[in-house]
Amino acid sequence: MNEHQQTLFEFMQQQADKLGVQTLQHIGLTFISLLIAVIIGLPLGIYITRQKKISGLVLGIAGVLQTIPSIALLGFMIPVLGIGAKPAIVALLLYALLPIIRNTYTGITGVNPAVKEAAIAMGLNKWQVLFKVELPLAMPVILAGIRTATVINVGVATLASYIAAGGLGEFIFGGISLNNTNMILAGAIPAALLAILFDFLLSRLQRLNFKKIRGAVKAAPVLLVLLACLYFIPSAYGSKLTAGFTPEFMGRQDGNLGLVSKYGLKIHTIVINDAVMYKAAQEKELDVISGYSTDGRLKAYDLVVLDDDKKIFPPYYAAPIVREDALKNFPELEKTLNLLSGLITDSVMTDLNYRTDYLHQTPERVAKDFLQSKNLLKPDKGGKNGIVRIGSKIFGEQYILASIYAMLIKGYTDYDVATKTGLGGTKICFDALTNNQIDFYPEYTGTGLLAILQAPTQTVTRLQASKDSTYNYVQRQFQEKYKIKWLKPIGFNNAYALMMRQKQANELNIKTISDLKRYLEIK
Amino acid sequence: MIKVENLVKSFGTVKAVDNISFEVNDGENMVLLGTSGCGKTTLLKMLNRLIEPDSGSITINNENINAQPAEDLRRNMGYVLQNNGLFPHYTVAQNIAVVPSLLKWDKAKTLSRVDELIQKLHLSKDHLDAYPHELSGGQQQRVGLARALAANPPVLLMDEPFGALDNVTRSKIHDEFKALDELKRKTIIMVTHDVQEAFELADRIALMDNGRIVQTGTPTELLFNPVNDFVRGFLQHQRLQLELRAVKLANIWDYLPTGGRKINTSLIPATAGVWEALKNFKFFPRETINLLNQQNREVKSVTFDELMSAYSQFKIQQPHE
Repeated sequence: MNEHQQTLFEFMQQQADKLGVQTLQHIGLTFISLLIAVIIGLPLGIYITRQKKISGLVLGIAGVLQTIPSIALLGFMIPVLGIGAKPAIVALLLYALLPIIRNTYTGITGVNPAVKEAAIAMGLNKWQVLFKVELPLAMPVILAGIRTATVINVGVATLASYIAAGGLGEFIFGGISLNNTNMILAGAIPAALLAILFDFLLSRLQRLNFKKIRGAVKAAPVLLVLLACLYFIPSAYGSKLTAGFTPEFMGRQDGNLGLVSKYGLKIHTIVINDAVMYKAAQEKELDVISGYSTDGRLKAYDLVVLDDDKKIFPPYYAAPIVREDALKNFPELEKTLNLLSGLITDSVMTDLNYRTDYLHQTPERVAKDFLQSKNLLKPDKGGKNGIVRIGSKIFGEQYILASIYAMLIKGYTDYDVATKTGLGGTKICFDALTNNQIDFYPEYTGTGLLAILQAPTQTVTRLQASKDSTYNYVQRQFQEKYKIKWLKPIGFNNAYALMMRQKQANELNIKTISDLKRYLEIK
Repeated sequence: MIKVENLVKSFGTVKAVDNISFEVNDGENMVLLGTSGCGKTTLLKMLNRLIEPDSGSITINNENINAQPAEDLRRNMGYVLQNNGLFPHYTVAQNIAVVPSLLKWDKAKTLSRVDELIQKLHLSKDHLDAYPHELSGGQQQRVGLARALAANPPVLLMDEPFGALDNVTRSKIHDEFKALDELKRKTIIMVTHDVQEAFELADRIALMDNGRIVQTGTPTELLFNPVNDFVRGFLQHQRLQLELRAVKLANIWDYLPTGGRKINTSLIPATAGVWEALKNFKFFPRETINLLNQQNREVKSVTFDELMSAYSQFKIQQPHE
């Protein structure tokens, strides 16, 4: 694809600064949350050995916390704690609690009763029994719990990048979005190594004999605090405004890289997941965000798109891309999918997105209302002539398009439909298509050009001006390389855009990205 | 002097200790004997407040044990458990020094006390830095005893202290136990279900059943003046051996023939049991052993037959059951 295929090592070298920062953040996040989890979990674990009646309840609650999917847990945190380190640390510490509480409880209740009785009979008071006998004897079990918690935390901390808390997840999720294997590995390998390293070190600690363990246990809190401090080192810089960009935007030529090279924009930037970015902007946690020009939340959160006066964002016209095999197998498919061509303009798409994202209508309902308004809705024919598999990426607009296509196929052809929605980012969706897991999905010309074809810079610059030239280029290239056909564009252009709160933009008199740059440069 | 009055303890509907009263004199070795479940361990644990009684009182030297904090009470009472209860994360030296360190003894005093106990209990100095799991069962039990004795408490409580040991080790430790100077000055209350052990170590035995003390008395009293069939039955199985152990040479002294040669052999004190004397016979023709009555410095030299004959005359004189 590229003229020069970059190796992983080259990538890591090139990104060494970022990699270092992310690794430090990752270790820091892991250990801040671990430290707090120990501070909470250890006394709680001890307490429930004294109050056995509530032990079931406490362990039960900690167990339930453990079962909440990590992304969902991070999601719950945002309304309460906003974005950034705070919610990430709280979420991580909630995951770390169960192993620590449970192992503390198990460890202490597992102390030989004869030893405990002897301790009491020797005249140790209850604190002495705890600190001189129970805790030292339970320590290997407690350490095992801390070890489990550490490994869980290293893993879950990759998700912290979703809510702008940094860590190696920035590379991993950026890489998935950008179809950049090197970037994924540059995040995943260090994360895995960290997990293995900490697991190994703690296993050594666990195996030390009683005499040495006492010193080690005393040193542990100090070490823990030091490691936790690592998180704060990288964040020692700032600027007037804070930008929140998705991992995908961060790594793209038509994203942050272009902003830096073409505009010379220097802004304090944090990496954040798309799902929480708009909310964070509305709540003034972020001032500038990357987004999509047709996003319904633009309307919902009263945001304004900054004009791309230097044209770094190429056109992103949406069109279904279909495997040629599928077009042969389902002769009526192309005609049916093209029913939609030219029907959805930017404003229509923004409105449809607004309904799902903000009014929380289901994509099916939005799709149905839309088709009805265009007089395209036909009843389901209950087709039995094969099943067309529709894919979609994991955001609202794609869900709506997938639903519209599903209804069209059911109403106009004899095919049945299977939808595979939520196929993550571009890479996952496109791989599913080339590997014959799905038959088509809606893609954007700009994504095809930059993320999938990874076209050289000169080509991109040449094509960027016109929407048709981009469309023609990707259509030709996809046909040649992947035997995949771009059908007619749906109509709207879901390009990248920088946006700010309407009010703030007005106050600062920022209308274009160049305005933003000038504002930031005023000291 | 320990005085227990009307002590009651129930677990649910079971009366583990049912209105028990008894006294233990200073320096006395009192053994609580009974089958498992008779309440003897519960009774023992109430003495150092590991278990609090439902009602009744315990006084030591006329002071109620509730008058001081439980920790202070316990630091003045040695406690030895069946499974030794040594701290597995402490070395032998640290284990022995537990109570002295609680009492904030200075280092030198503690060290010299640990050394002293190691010697008295026939442990090697090499063991000081070992951990309990590196020792044999007998050695562990000795360390447990050393730990209980470390701060020189006037009272020693022992809960089946030798119960987990094999017979050979146990009888060896019994002998050491009896020979240990330090124990002779202490008031000891020991729980056991082993009749032999009780007879060997006790000054007085309190035989328990169903949460009550059935009879308190010296081994001889229990054997020859049992208050009821329960006591008689309890001792029945090992009666002959118990009697031979319980009956001292002093008891049968008058039935032994006077005089005899004083050849240069060891003298057996009259405080020893008949059993002890019998063990000294090597069985060769016309063999005699020399017995010494310390009270009047009289020495008697007797044969096996003469000893047995004296014993049987003593038995005939006892009240018939």
